[in-house]
Amino acid sequence: MEMRDAVRATAAIAGLGITEMGKVYGRTASDFAGEAIALALEDAGLKAHDVDGLLVNANQSTESVPTLQFSLGLTDLTLVNVMSAFGSTTGTMLQYAAHAIATGQASVVACLYADAPLTEGGSISQSGYNGRRFNAPGLAGLRFAYGDYGPANSGYALALRRHMHLFGTTHDQLATIAVGQRAWAQMNPRAQMRKPMTIEDYHASRWVVEPLHLFDCCLVSNGGVAVIVTSPERARELRQPPVYLRGFGQCAPGDTARRERDPAVQTGATKAGAMALRQAGIELADLDVLELYDCYTYTVLVTLEDYGFCEKGEGGAFVADGKLAPGGALPCNTGGGQLSSYYMWGFTPLSEGVIQARGQGGERQAAKHDHVLVSGNGGVLTFHSTTILSKHEGDA
Amino acid sequence: MTTTTKTAVPKPVPVPDEASAPFFDGAMRGTLMLLRCRECATFLSPIPGIGAPLRPRCVACFSGDLEWAPSSGRATLYSFVIMHQLYDEAFAQDVPYNIAVVETDEGVRLTSQVADCPNEALEVGMALEVTFERMSDDVAVPKFRPAT
Repeated sequence: MEMRDAVRATAAIAGLGITEMGKVYGRTASDFAGEAIALALEDAGLKAHDVDGLLVNANQSTESVPTLQFSLGLTDLTLVNVMSAFGSTTGTMLQYAAHAIATGQASVVACLYADAPLTEGGSISQSGYNGRRFNAPGLAGLRFAYGDYGPANSGYALALRRHMHLFGTTHDQLATIAVGQRAWAQMNPRAQMRKPMTIEDYHASRWVVEPLHLFDCCLVSNGGVAVIVTSPERARELRQPPVYLRGFGQCAPGDTARRERDPAVQTGATKAGAMALRQAGIELADLDVLELYDCYTYTVLVTLEDYGFCEKGEGGAFVADGKLAPGGALPCNTGGGQLSSYYMWGFTPLSEGVIQARGQGGERQAAKHDHVLVSGNGGVLTFHSTTILSKHEGDA
Repeated sequence: MTTTTKTAVPKPVPVPDEASAPFFDGAMRGTLMLLRCRECATFLSPIPGIGAPLRPRCVACFSGDLEWAPSSGRATLYSFVIMHQLYDEAFAQDVPYNIAVVETDEGVRLTSQVADCPNEALEVGMALEVTFERMSDDVAVPKFRPAT
């Protein structure tokens, strides 16, 4: 049992704040940020003056900068940073917060994602997500000469094509992910997309970048999410059941441009997942709920493979029986994920992970929720983070 | 002056800079230029991560001693997608068009486009050869076409 002492959590999530989400116009990212933190503090039973750490997830917004602290009126912070590992930032941020709390450098850390990319009457393809900001003199201009805009869509479509070529993965298999998550979203009052979806609806959805159908792709949302991280001792004195941060892992495989490498098909999830599980002192079979980063259906499929739920190349067959959907054996993206609920990068799986670990999922609550895995993924499958949430401080 | 007819929107032409000049000069001559490590002779994709002008180091041995060297121009199709979404009016006449990642004989992957090939005929693994498309008087870009 001595071994178990090594895997006790050193930090916990004590507060969660989620603003209204989606096509909410006329508000700034800073405004969503302030509301998300206020809601998270109220949820925890804390006040703004208790906060001594602020970590902001860098994103498309020009307001996600260190001086956001001034707009929010937070003073005398001992931990402040804007962090960026793209969609994997959430896990890296929680890891940093937990370390700071364990070593006494901060006691109450607000971790934040906020953005407002949608404008009334504007289209997503003309928003910050079209990638034009990456155009520059020199070789950076090549992709635009070819018409390679929206670099995420084309990058993930290239990865999916590769997976289909190597392993015979099909759209019917991907459809089960999209349809399953939509079924979860119907039980999430915050979800943007709650209309039922059939496999036929999936196939009928337009091509965005073939082989990606529209329903393979995540939403884009305006809104904000914040969590409050503190020590296990303090969390237990607060309003909500603590959600302990039990394990962390990161892996960024890098270099996609050489023959012998294939991170689009073999991602950093393998190494990051193993690290996080080892720190938590648990195994894959101990996980009750998965909240997997789902910028695309394919991301879920390849992440499941790389965590080791099935062999490489068998992700399609693994998900095809609907095990990720409500009533299935492996509840996954139980709020609808970024495909159907809201797009707050890594804070979408994190927010739902906290809700599930607390047991506050209402109609969509997983029956068993001792251990929840939250994944983050960014770049084009080139940055990965894994976080293990638990309702237990340790398993001793 | 007002016009009633819609004028064609030009495609975005790359703007060569000092770092990329050997690549674009090569393209104007009809040669695909790649970076090569002087230490270990590994060829590198010249296209760096977003935000960087050029790769500063060899991906195999981390040497900073890199040179430009000609590629054979032969490649295979590693993956491809068909762009249906219109992001830029300049491509309104082109949709649906392909974006391709090719793997050159030197083992280097490049994002490009397959020319002279209908979308239906694209196949992962197909043999390709480089070709160059003039975009302006001074700038050409490499594309790939089915090998002859």
